[in-house]
Amino acid sequence: MSTVTITSKGAHELYLEAYNVTPDAFAGKTAAEIAEIECHEGNYKGTLGEYFDIAGSAGATAEETTIIVNGDCKKIKRIGQKMSAGNVIVEGDCDMYIGGWMQGGKLLVKGNVDSFCGIAMAGGELTVEGSAQNHVGSAYRGDWRGMTGGVLRVKGSVGNDIGTFINGGTIIIEGDAFIHVSTHGEGGTIIVKGNVEGRVGGQMVKGDVYVYGDIKYMMPGFKYVDEVEAEVDGETAKFAHYIGDLGERHPKRKGQIVYGNIYKKL
Amino acid sequence: MSEMIIKNGFVFDPLAGIKGEKKDIGIKDGKIVDASEVKKGKEIDASGKTVMAGGVDIHTHVVGPKVNVGRLMRPEDKLFRSRTKERNTRMQMGFAVPSTYATGYAYARMGYAYVNEAAMPPLHSPHVHEEIRDTPILDISAMPVMGNNWFQMEYLKQGEIENNAAYTAWLLRATKGIGIKCVNPGGTEAWGWGMNCLTIHDPVPYFDITPAEIVKGQIQTNEFLGLPHSLHVHGNNLGNPGSAETTLDTLKLAEGITTNNKFGREQVLHNTHLQFHSYGGTGWGDFESASQKMMDYVNKQKNISFDVGFVTLDETTTMTADGPFEYHLNHLNHLKWANVDVELETAAGVVPFVYDKNSKVCDIQWAIGLELALLAKDHMKCHLTTDHPNAGPFTRYPRVIKWLMSKQARDELLHSFKYADKVIDATIIESMDRELDLYEIAQMTRAGTAKCLGISNMYGGLTPGMNANVAIYDLNPEDMPKDPEMIESAFSRAAYMIKDGVVVVENGDVIATTPRKTIWTDAKYPLNELVERDIREKFLKYYTVELENYMVFDDHVYNTVPLEVESPAA
Repeated sequence: MSTVTITSKGAHELYLEAYNVTPDAFAGKTAAEIAEIECHEGNYKGTLGEYFDIAGSAGATAEETTIIVNGDCKKIKRIGQKMSAGNVIVEGDCDMYIGGWMQGGKLLVKGNVDSFCGIAMAGGELTVEGSAQNHVGSAYRGDWRGMTGGVLRVKGSVGNDIGTFINGGTIIIEGDAFIHVSTHGEGGTIIVKGNVEGRVGGQMVKGDVYVYGDIKYMMPGFKYVDEVEAEVDGETAKFAHYIGDLGERHPKRKGQIVYGNIYKKL
Repeated sequence: MSEMIIKNGFVFDPLAGIKGEKKDIGIKDGKIVDASEVKKGKEIDASGKTVMAGGVDIHTHVVGPKVNVGRLMRPEDKLFRSRTKERNTRMQMGFAVPSTYATGYAYARMGYAYVNEAAMPPLHSPHVHEEIRDTPILDISAMPVMGNNWFQMEYLKQGEIENNAAYTAWLLRATKGIGIKCVNPGGTEAWGWGMNCLTIHDPVPYFDITPAEIVKGQIQTNEFLGLPHSLHVHGNNLGNPGSAETTLDTLKLAEGITTNNKFGREQVLHNTHLQFHSYGGTGWGDFESASQKMMDYVNKQKNISFDVGFVTLDETTTMTADGPFEYHLNHLNHLKWANVDVELETAAGVVPFVYDKNSKVCDIQWAIGLELALLAKDHMKCHLTTDHPNAGPFTRYPRVIKWLMSKQARDELLHSFKYADKVIDATIIESMDRELDLYEIAQMTRAGTAKCLGISNMYGGLTPGMNANVAIYDLNPEDMPKDPEMIESAFSRAAYMIKDGVVVVENGDVIATTPRKTIWTDAKYPLNELVERDIREKFLKYYTVELENYMVFDDHVYNTVPLEVESPAA
């Protein structure tokens, strides 16, 4: 495993689109070659070398590459976008679209992130130690194909639109969420360990949502059915089980109607 | 002005019967001239290359309100698919429903010069013309949709062809349209009552007219006026298993009617995207190709033409004035859906659709399109379209050409299908050995379409006097590439595209843009007092706009080229 350390110079005025800060783009390159990789600031096309001090060199493949991102990244977007393997560690906060369309590997952000982190994620592990804003693990605007795989964990709290159109994979929010969790859900699992304001599972067809704290306003399209015991994120607990969204179409499998499930911790 | 000579290319010009002969093409002041007239100017060496007239697309959806709805409702269509600004182009966005700029450049890169927007809601014609203005390079015409128009349904029910002709001529002037488009005749209006017309004999509620009467009446109106293009029909029961029966019933309405026009077209009815109308079976389980039955009929008829609407197995956005069909489609795929009712005129719906290679139904649709083209006897009457974006994006035309020209390419794809055996059982594609040649491709993409639209004096050929639209492809007819992919690549990136005498594309890159033109039909047949009163009354009572605000004013229409026609019957 080889490590590349890039340190933001923090000099840019507009937001930096760092979609190439991925093990896939860095693989097989020296520091000097990495400095030549393109990025965008507004409509200006620049190189990573203009925005970062780069040290170390990448491994032969993405799998063997670790990228450590230092410095002020609050205005840097799209780190780890579409990454398929390897490691990225962001030492502080960063901006939107972190780990979007991620397919594999591990991405760790030690600070807070803005909106759209892990959108349409298909694999790998994305961990945010701080908080995230809106559209965590959601589908891209307008798309009906949301997250399909991987594990997205936010240790802090999040805003709204969590896991819209989720179809697979797991989202774990250790803090609170605001509104719209698993809207249009078609599969996958969302766990919120804190409280949720409301609108959990609106137009949900399939999939599971676990909420440990309160749901302040429950959707009227969900019906209480029974009490179940389940293992969630390594611990076992009892939950009140609701099915829904009853206002939505529901497919049948083996003669049984498939519903979306909300499990509320007892 | 400018002069240019294209030397030593293999020229394919079906309008003049030229089948790949080595020939020089001269260009002077934006027109084709005899090569001997060119004394100076640029010389393009086309040796070892194929030379054709600029492409003419007879049926596409690239400008206007429903296209714009498609753009708005699908931001994901632009994701990672937008080209940033390049040296000679503006930013280009989108795949299935590209932006106006992306549309113009992409057609030009494929060697196209002219496209016909196949559905203009008359009320929204100003928007159509605004987008025509913003589409670079291409000359564009648009067809007002009239299959569910209240005026027409009332006149045709009473058999008043002259009144209907007067209204139609007025509407063409009011909207700067080129001809009569008819979509799901009566059915779209019936949908306002939650119904549809699935056969040509289902009466339209309230109006009490049948689709058969509408189509027949519109053919008569079209020939009465002597319009450049024929009636352009998207019939009833589109896209459903068993649609072939309804389609044959519709086509038979043209039997015995002769054309009456000075533009050189031979057909009285053009059936668009015939692929969607050639389905056998009673449901999706026994869904099968009815292409043989369809072409057995079509090949015998002299006064019918059609375009195919090839399914390209892509993710796309369907959009049509067939409102009930889009509602039905949304209930099949549960994706997004938008629809609109256009007052007294028409309606439309928009639904994204994924033609999945692993779906038996989609693969059969793919096969049916190719079968129709391979069974056709006369490719002057069988045109290459994807009904863009309904069966696939127009940017896939080169891929369709590859499938038509190479059995190997078809078979490789066919046998890679998950349900290949079932697809082979339901179609005849595997047994077909025919491979089209460059002459037939030129018929399908420029000569035939221009003739059918009634514009073959200006477009689709290379005879002196015609507009200097020339496409040069990196294909040597005497040494065609063994690898079918090379055919797709050659038609995707024209070696040169010359529009009105200006080189706009070189080696597949857009290097210049030219002023585009709007082609429309100025039918001189006058309004009579009755029709004038009907129009005033309808606008007063029913329309949300006033008559004065309805007609497209001249300044709104970009570089107009009117096709002037005196009604032969007047």
